[in-house]
Amino acid sequence: MIHQFKLNGYNIVLDVFSGAVHSVDEVAYDIISMYENSSQDEIINTITVKYPEVTPNEVIECVEDIESLKESGKLFSDDEYADLAFDFKKKNTVIKALCLHIAHTCNLNCEYCFASQGKYHGERALMSFEVGKRAIDFLIENSGKRKNLEVDFFGGEPLMNFDVVKKIVEYARSVEKQHNKNFRFTLTTNGVLVDDDVIDFANKECHNVVLSLDGRKEVHDNLRKTINGSGSYDIIVPKFRHFVERRGNKGYYVRGTFTHNNVDFTNDIFHMADLGFTELSMEPVVCSPDDPYALTYDDLPVLYEQYEILAKEMLKREEEGKPITFYHYMIDLTGGPCIYKRISGCGSGTEYLAVTPWGDLYPCHQFVGDEKYLMGDIWKGVTNKEKQNEFKLCNAYARPECKDCWAKLFCSGGCAANAYHATGSITGIYEYGCKLFKKRMECAIMMQVAKSLK
Amino acid sequence: MKRIQTIETRDLKQSTKSGGCGECQTSCQSACKTSCGVANQQCEKCLETE
Repeated sequence: MIHQFKLNGYNIVLDVFSGAVHSVDEVAYDIISMYENSSQDEIINTITVKYPEVTPNEVIECVEDIESLKESGKLFSDDEYADLAFDFKKKNTVIKALCLHIAHTCNLNCEYCFASQGKYHGERALMSFEVGKRAIDFLIENSGKRKNLEVDFFGGEPLMNFDVVKKIVEYARSVEKQHNKNFRFTLTTNGVLVDDDVIDFANKECHNVVLSLDGRKEVHDNLRKTINGSGSYDIIVPKFRHFVERRGNKGYYVRGTFTHNNVDFTNDIFHMADLGFTELSMEPVVCSPDDPYALTYDDLPVLYEQYEILAKEMLKREEEGKPITFYHYMIDLTGGPCIYKRISGCGSGTEYLAVTPWGDLYPCHQFVGDEKYLMGDIWKGVTNKEKQNEFKLCNAYARPECKDCWAKLFCSGGCAANAYHATGSITGIYEYGCKLFKKRMECAIMMQVAKSLK
Repeated sequence: MKRIQTIETRDLKQSTKSGGCGECQTSCQSACKTSCGVANQQCEKCLETE
């Protein structure tokens, strides 16, 4: 399977199953699009009519180049992964990442929060150190030979239970060497409680921090409000700037959510850049279509254009020596994930689990609170084998809609939670998300082509 | 080739032999949390080689 697209003056051909990317001229672009369904004579006729300056011999030469790429497995390569997808996930039984819901409570009241102001449709709760410690032991016990283990302190707002965060990290560090493990911690925070103590801790212990900011003040304040209803921008932005200044070269993301209210979201990304942040992420809101800020199908053309604006601007900024990183455009064509990762996906419900404040296990943070998806707990382990098996069978080849999709090795069939919320099944698809995802991948690939050809 | 330039990429078919160590980052541990983008995860082995 191939995927062809034109963007920013480049004619790009992606060979889906080898991952090869080609930049071609208009003539080759048209010949490649005809190659599988037309005879050589038909191709010569069509091309020489459309491009009178091109001779039949030149067309034949191009066809020969295409055949040579096909022979070397870089064009029209076959799909050999379907069986691999199911076998790999079936065999893979280790857990390597936990999302610790350290606080089911929040000091902000963001309207679009999928966690319902941190409570996940339940009661407010804080994780105790005993639960956190047991979660660390549970992860070590179930991680097999995996060395790198990931723990994300998530909420609600994890800094509302910061002392427990610190104690959990201290405990994990005290046992990691004896088990030959390397813990990588992530802290996701809304910023309200960030202070020098938090910054010192995070810069010493956290591999990554995710700082929630939606962009421009009016956009951010519109949905990210304090409990008394005022905006939170002025509270958090100075703290985030201080945090990032002191972070040195350690990983962070300033991460926002855009909604129907700011479909011109590139202005929010550029605003983040103007504030001095360079590692940026901006996610489309995922919510009920009935919510007033839900993205609509009429928004799509605008959003596509926005993604193109962003890609072009990022190339320009890089050339000017002031690059920014956008999470969804970070693809590394030479050092990116292997095929196993690409077909098996994010690992939710298998190698990645969420832990509630009281120690229950869910397939991921987005399922927490939905009793149907309760997987077990950190003492007895995963006991809901039926659900675990559902997730083991959930991969890039599990969804009929993905069968002919060129992007499936970039998204592994998409987010199981989004699919579930959109269709009632984890092996459904969240079509709106797919459309945006594909546009992002085209932009990301185009950027790589542009950089390679420079 | 006159009309086609091939960009250097990791050969996914070759990675059936070398890949699968599972040491790479879980995508939702970075910055998404509401979508699945596995393609932007770095291969841990490739990082080591660098």
